[in-house]
Amino acid sequence: MSATNTHKDTTQGHDTHGHHPALAHHFVSLEQQHEANILGMWVFLVTEVLFFGGMFTAYAVYRFKFNTMFQEASNQLDITLGCLNTVVLILSSLTMAMAVRSAQMGKAKPILGYLAATAVLGFAFLGVKYFEWKHDFEVHLIPRADFCWDYAKERRVEADHHEKGKPFVTKVLGKFIGHHEEHAPPTTDRILADKKNPESQQARMFFVLYFAMTGVHAIHMLVGFGLIAAVAFWASKGTYGPDYYTPVEVLGLYWHFVDIVWIFLFPLLYLLGAHLGAGH
Amino acid sequence: MNHDSHPAPGNFLTKYVFSGDHKIIGIQFLFSGLLFWILGGLLALGVRLQLGWPNQALNELLKWFPSLADSIPASWGSRISPEFYTMLFTMHATVMIFFVVVPWLGGAFGNYLIPLMIGAKDMAFPKLNMLSYWVLWPAFFFLLASFFVDGGAAGSGWTAYPTLSSATQNADIPDPGLDAAAKATTPTNPPSPTSMEPGLWERIKNRWNSPAAGQSGQGQVYWLLALIFSGTSSMMGSVNYITTILNCRAPGMTLMRMPLTVWGMFVTAILQSLALPVLTVALIMQFLDRTVGTVFFLPPAGLAFGNWQTGTGGGQPLLWQHLFWFYSHPAVYIMILPAMGMVSDVLVAFCRKPLFGYKPMVFSMIGIAGLGFIVWGHHMFQSGMDPRLGTGFMAATVLIAVPSAVKIFNWLATIWGSRIRFTSASLNALAFISMFIIGGLSGIYMASTPVDIYIHDTYFIVAHIHYVLFLSSMFGIYAGIHFWFPKMFGRTMNDSLGKVHFFLTFLLANGTFFPMHILGIRGHPRRYYDPTIFDWLASVQPLNQFVSICAILLGLVQVIFLANFLFSIFFGPKSGRNPWEANTLEWETPSPPGHGNFETTPIVLHGPYEYAVTTAINGRFSQTGLNRDQIQQGNHP
Repeated sequence: MSATNTHKDTTQGHDTHGHHPALAHHFVSLEQQHEANILGMWVFLVTEVLFFGGMFTAYAVYRFKFNTMFQEASNQLDITLGCLNTVVLILSSLTMAMAVRSAQMGKAKPILGYLAATAVLGFAFLGVKYFEWKHDFEVHLIPRADFCWDYAKERRVEADHHEKGKPFVTKVLGKFIGHHEEHAPPTTDRILADKKNPESQQARMFFVLYFAMTGVHAIHMLVGFGLIAAVAFWASKGTYGPDYYTPVEVLGLYWHFVDIVWIFLFPLLYLLGAHLGAGH
Repeated sequence: MNHDSHPAPGNFLTKYVFSGDHKIIGIQFLFSGLLFWILGGLLALGVRLQLGWPNQALNELLKWFPSLADSIPASWGSRISPEFYTMLFTMHATVMIFFVVVPWLGGAFGNYLIPLMIGAKDMAFPKLNMLSYWVLWPAFFFLLASFFVDGGAAGSGWTAYPTLSSATQNADIPDPGLDAAAKATTPTNPPSPTSMEPGLWERIKNRWNSPAAGQSGQGQVYWLLALIFSGTSSMMGSVNYITTILNCRAPGMTLMRMPLTVWGMFVTAILQSLALPVLTVALIMQFLDRTVGTVFFLPPAGLAFGNWQTGTGGGQPLLWQHLFWFYSHPAVYIMILPAMGMVSDVLVAFCRKPLFGYKPMVFSMIGIAGLGFIVWGHHMFQSGMDPRLGTGFMAATVLIAVPSAVKIFNWLATIWGSRIRFTSASLNALAFISMFIIGGLSGIYMASTPVDIYIHDTYFIVAHIHYVLFLSSMFGIYAGIHFWFPKMFGRTMNDSLGKVHFFLTFLLANGTFFPMHILGIRGHPRRYYDPTIFDWLASVQPLNQFVSICAILLGLVQVIFLANFLFSIFFGPKSGRNPWEANTLEWETPSPPGHGNFETTPIVLHGPYEYAVTTAINGRFSQTGLNRDQIQQGNHP
């Protein structure tokens, strides 16, 4: 083995300084290893595009069939929070790109800082999502047995009335720390009657897709947090420098992809019904 | 020099179980495939027992094996129950496709051969490679466990069409408060299982039960999980193959010097990476439908089955068919393209002639794969498709005959005028070619919408799929195992036993599957429990019995292969580096190759098929230009 590698190294001109510790045995050089890792991540992202593509196909089919009700249902989502999350996620992509650049330039401390900032922004995104989902739960928009379109519409009218004329900042803050008036939940009869209403069924299909797509997107973000932690751990050991920063760049590719999925989800889910006048 | 980050594996566990070495992983795929091959074969024999002797098979069986009497449920009486029968054919297809042919071609041969044939030391991502095998184990668990849950394994066909597969007793999750009210307002529903205060697990399982069929209940949930895991395994494999082939080739190994086996694996990996995620997401949708009560595939009004009814829906059962076939049509090319590549390599090594038309062979593979993406609709001519759309799918499907014919004629031209050496490997390769012609031609019948409307869902399609999957892919796999066995285990398989196995298999497989064409034309429906209920099928029942007898004998004959395989691993005659005098890189290393594959990095100077070269010492150029003596000694100049 050893003789073999010596032979190979002389042909590759590596004999003076030996192997880089990060070079795996089956690669000739760090450049080859870097290219293989980047290519592998791109191929994986292709499979991811097709994976989300299946769900986007389902979305296309049902939006084509239930166009009007999809707009109505979309109007129940909170555009302000959706916009906020879009900004948060794009910012996190910026910090991720800065982390990759820091790694390329061999600056160990900024890598950690930017990775931490990316993770914080990612958590902020999921935090906002938590408040959105909590609201959906309260107004019976989770597509399960107690889904009640009728009730959600009524709650929405009330909320619009309640918020009318208030300053924008108050409205946004109210979404997080708002008052909690007790609302009577819909009666069983009302839920069962609502289920027989085709409009409710079509709106429910929108929310099935909404929760499946944003849910799978959120799972991808959770995986991203794990990857950030791993890369940050290695970065803290001083693993990355100008000649070896592959994992940081691979992580960056993944994070940007997850970001781009949201860029597609946001208009398809949130902006679809915006012209109907979201009061939020 | 620092070698600590990449030592050769030391102990048994890291060397043979949790190994990152592509050769060990390939052999792991080979052996687990072998076990599932036995299981899948037995399931098929169960189907044939019922069809050959409807309602009498068990009595006949008990005459031969009286000890089985205790293990047969009393409720069956003396016959195989219809639910058990649907389980048999569903699980036969699932096991054979997702746990035998795909893992064998992609997992076993792909893993073993790709790095060796392109002169790489290993796959680009050894850990991912290891994971791709170990992710199969949850799939194995769910698949095998599904046989033991209430109602048995999945029984809605390997295509798992909703609503049969996805309807649950309650598409809406029963809410404790709502449940009582629902019972009061809809008295047609029997008392909910939750009223008996069972444990949480019991309640979850009860929710998975199906009103449509017992077998579509919990078994279907396990089936979905098994397929999601096996799909994840294939996805990891395809990422690895594409990266390895594009990035880790030896110096001089241009894309157009790669052996066709590698091309087959490469095109397959691209197909898999593009098509498989769509199946995965469809499986997840059906899984959500079954478990948390989404309504992706449940029609708006819901469904009623006798006294049971689902909740209201809003979805489209047809969506599943589109998503499913978008994967599962390319999947049939995933299960044939690697075999096409392997057969080309085997054939050339025994014909001792250059492969006729290397480049057309490569481009026809790419053409088959490309067309394979736009033909999925031909599975759905009977699903309510607009005839104008059907025409497009029909035209695209028939076009696939062109690249397929290019391949067939190139193989024939390769054989033409050669003095072919008849060994087990080359015989199986020849069988692949001839049987693929029959399977391809019957495919044109199925592709033509007017004909398909008549023979759709009959035994004609069963004959077609088996001519392509059993008589083509399996003969390709037999050829591959005979051919590369020396490289894998350092010993050769017994050629006489191999030929006996080949001739009997060839005869009996044709005896099994050819009459199915006739059964199909006569109107024998696929998947029916008892064909004798139709008067017009009474006259073909003897043919059904003939098929069943051939199938049982075919199953028995495989014991020869199994015995030859297992015996040769330990006691076969030792083979050198290059028992077949072949040109490709894998034959220049010891058998089996050590860690890192090659003693020195091979420098590739020639294409893979330079045989019958009058100016060369042995009449051929190996890919590195080394002659026989240099290869045998392992000395590179």
